[in-house]
Amino acid sequence: MLSRTADNLYWIARNIERAETTARFLEVGARIALLPSAAGYRNEWDSLLRASGTADGFAKKYGDPVQRNIESYLFFDYDNPSSVANCITRARENGRIVRTALTTQVWDALNTAFQELRQLERTPRSQLDLSRLTEWTMRHAAMVRGAIDATLLRNDGWDFLNLGYYLERADNTARLMDVKYYVLLPRVEYVGSGLDNYQWTTLLRAMSSHRAFHWAYGGEVTAGKIAHFLILNPQCPRSLITSIQGMNTHLDRLGRGYHRSSTAQGNARSLLAQLAEMRVEDVFEEGLHEFLSRFIGEVAQLGVVIHNSYLNGDVR
Amino acid sequence: MTSYFNEMYHDQAVRPPYARLQNWVQSMPAELRQMKQAEAEALFRRIGITFAVYGEGGDPDRLIPFDMFPRVFSGAEWSRLERGIKQRARALNAFLVDVYGRGEIVRAGRIPGRLVYQNEAYEKAVVGIVPPKGVYSHIVGIDLVRTGPDDFFVLEDNCRTPSGVSYMLENREIMMRMFPDIFRENRIEPVEQYPAALRRTLASVAPQKCDREPTVVILTPGHFNSAYYEHSFLADLMGVELVEGQDLFVEGEFVFMRTTEGPKRVDVIYRRIDDAFIDPLCFRPDSMLGIPGLMDVYRSGGVAICSAPGAGVADDKAVYTYVPEMIRFYLGEEPLLQNVPTWQCGKADDLKYVLEHLAELVVKEVHGSGGYGMLVGPKSTKDQVENFRARILADPGNYIAQPTLALSTTPTFVEEGVAPRHVDLRPYCLVGERIELVPGGLTRVALTEGSLVVNSSQGGGVKDTWVLAE
Repeated sequence: MLSRTADNLYWIARNIERAETTARFLEVGARIALLPSAAGYRNEWDSLLRASGTADGFAKKYGDPVQRNIESYLFFDYDNPSSVANCITRARENGRIVRTALTTQVWDALNTAFQELRQLERTPRSQLDLSRLTEWTMRHAAMVRGAIDATLLRNDGWDFLNLGYYLERADNTARLMDVKYYVLLPRVEYVGSGLDNYQWTTLLRAMSSHRAFHWAYGGEVTAGKIAHFLILNPQCPRSLITSIQGMNTHLDRLGRGYHRSSTAQGNARSLLAQLAEMRVEDVFEEGLHEFLSRFIGEVAQLGVVIHNSYLNGDVR
Repeated sequence: MTSYFNEMYHDQAVRPPYARLQNWVQSMPAELRQMKQAEAEALFRRIGITFAVYGEGGDPDRLIPFDMFPRVFSGAEWSRLERGIKQRARALNAFLVDVYGRGEIVRAGRIPGRLVYQNEAYEKAVVGIVPPKGVYSHIVGIDLVRTGPDDFFVLEDNCRTPSGVSYMLENREIMMRMFPDIFRENRIEPVEQYPAALRRTLASVAPQKCDREPTVVILTPGHFNSAYYEHSFLADLMGVELVEGQDLFVEGEFVFMRTTEGPKRVDVIYRRIDDAFIDPLCFRPDSMLGIPGLMDVYRSGGVAICSAPGAGVADDKAVYTYVPEMIRFYLGEEPLLQNVPTWQCGKADDLKYVLEHLAELVVKEVHGSGGYGMLVGPKSTKDQVENFRARILADPGNYIAQPTLALSTTPTFVEEGVAPRHVDLRPYCLVGERIELVPGGLTRVALTEGSLVVNSSQGGGVKDTWVLAE
């Protein structure tokens, strides 16, 4: 397939996944802000912006992190490259460019999200509460994903879409977990307290994994169990290992289909091997934040390699 | 007061092709009509057919209004049109091969050499090239208007990349979805074979060096172009790749596209970009859209370009006047379709006449399109007429004038019910190894009462166009 087509498919998935994550960020923030804390309400929204990588952009435009402004910035603001509005608009534009590589159902899902977004933008903000916005985003992300799974031909285009999904999800899960680090940063003595657990639980809820966690582990919510669940447990649909496993699956499919292996395939394989051998103790020994930062870097590097292996049009 | 030919009601009777529609429209309650209209609009928006108007700003996802009242031709009417259209398409292609070759028609004094060789659209870069099968213009869109039961006039020819065919296909699709009953009652010739016919036409003009099943692509300027929807729609229905300039490159004697598995050779390019932008080495060096070296490959028979570079000289509005001459000269036949009488402001006598009758005439720029830069005398204010007079005097060679034609009307759904509105017709004639014409076309309708301008950029809409089986 045309490299440009593959690139746009890959970015449809990345943009949709990112829109969903941004909505999840908003949800985490809103829930954490409901609880009184020593550091105060203001600081926690700030932590959230920092973990999502949007703190500088926000500070330049709005200054102090007031909840309403953060909501605008994360959902509606076209100056924020990761805002839900931006991601959905871009995903739909990617879809328009490769309209011929999509089924009517997939296009319909993308286009409907975009048309409804336009309506939301015209609706007075006083009529839109945060939970409605986050639910709306997740519903449309699910519709796009469902249309892809139910109707799309399982060819190389499907692999590029999935690569986009898994790569973005690996990055985003790591970033969401990092919120916890930023929230706790000012007051280490809270570790293990009721507040600490509340924050971990909120994180699980934001990833729609609260129930799943209890099914898988049961008992007390502890940092160790959660880290294991979100990093190393292949049963968790959003865990880092599941995401990297997914990338391996699709890179291997491409390798077989094209009768040639790529650098990306090799890199993804060694990243998976690394996670497979890891114990949760290793993560804490390295430091959760340090581990996550390193992981985010490695995933970004893998993104570059995929670009060079398939998407930049210079493949020989 | 001019009287206009109404294609449905003539001499107090319903003309036969519309007989069954009489019932259909009378038995449709207003609420149902409104519901169907809303449904059609939702369908168009969902499918993503939208139209951005150059230079107007505003909503880039604007819809072209769709009118549900079909426009109908009898089989006999159509077969007359069909012969005339095919005749014209053949003559235009013969003219193109000739003027880039020996120029017999100029030597014979049947058309002034100045009009051809000094024309902006004349490409010196392709002199001496005969494209595969001797075809320069593979898709000829001929704009027709009707003024009476048997009177059809050609308004202009489009030999480069006539757009709008996606509306012909989608209008039909939506009508069939919304009103299956009227399709059962009327025997309407299908149009859905168009994409397959287009693909066949393009494959039939594969270049000399292609020794296998040709790879056909559509070349688009990109997704910001107002006709992008059409490009991707056609690529989809034809099952070919939709490429941008950046996806193609020249290596050795061939053109390749960049794929995830490495370079893949391309044999036929159906380009939807202008000559000026296809190869920066040959035409505009500042073009970001083109493929450097493409013209060298084309000249040496490594790739076919459709329409062939240089085809524009045949659809120039000044050259248009001579198309009947072309038909006589190349085919030895009498033209079956009439031209609209045209005055060329570049000629002193014509200019004098035009300036004296400005308020009655339609004046157009020679290279203009889309209904821009034109004057409709009878519909303009005194000031507008005087402004235009100054523009003509500043550069007379740039303008032609035609009488204001009494464009036929067809019934159209409007706010108050059904009312006559003016229409034109653009059929799409395919020229490759064979000449084919799908029975149908794009009917454009001027939705404003009394308006004669049907261009979508000026508030025009579209209708489904039926040809009844005999």
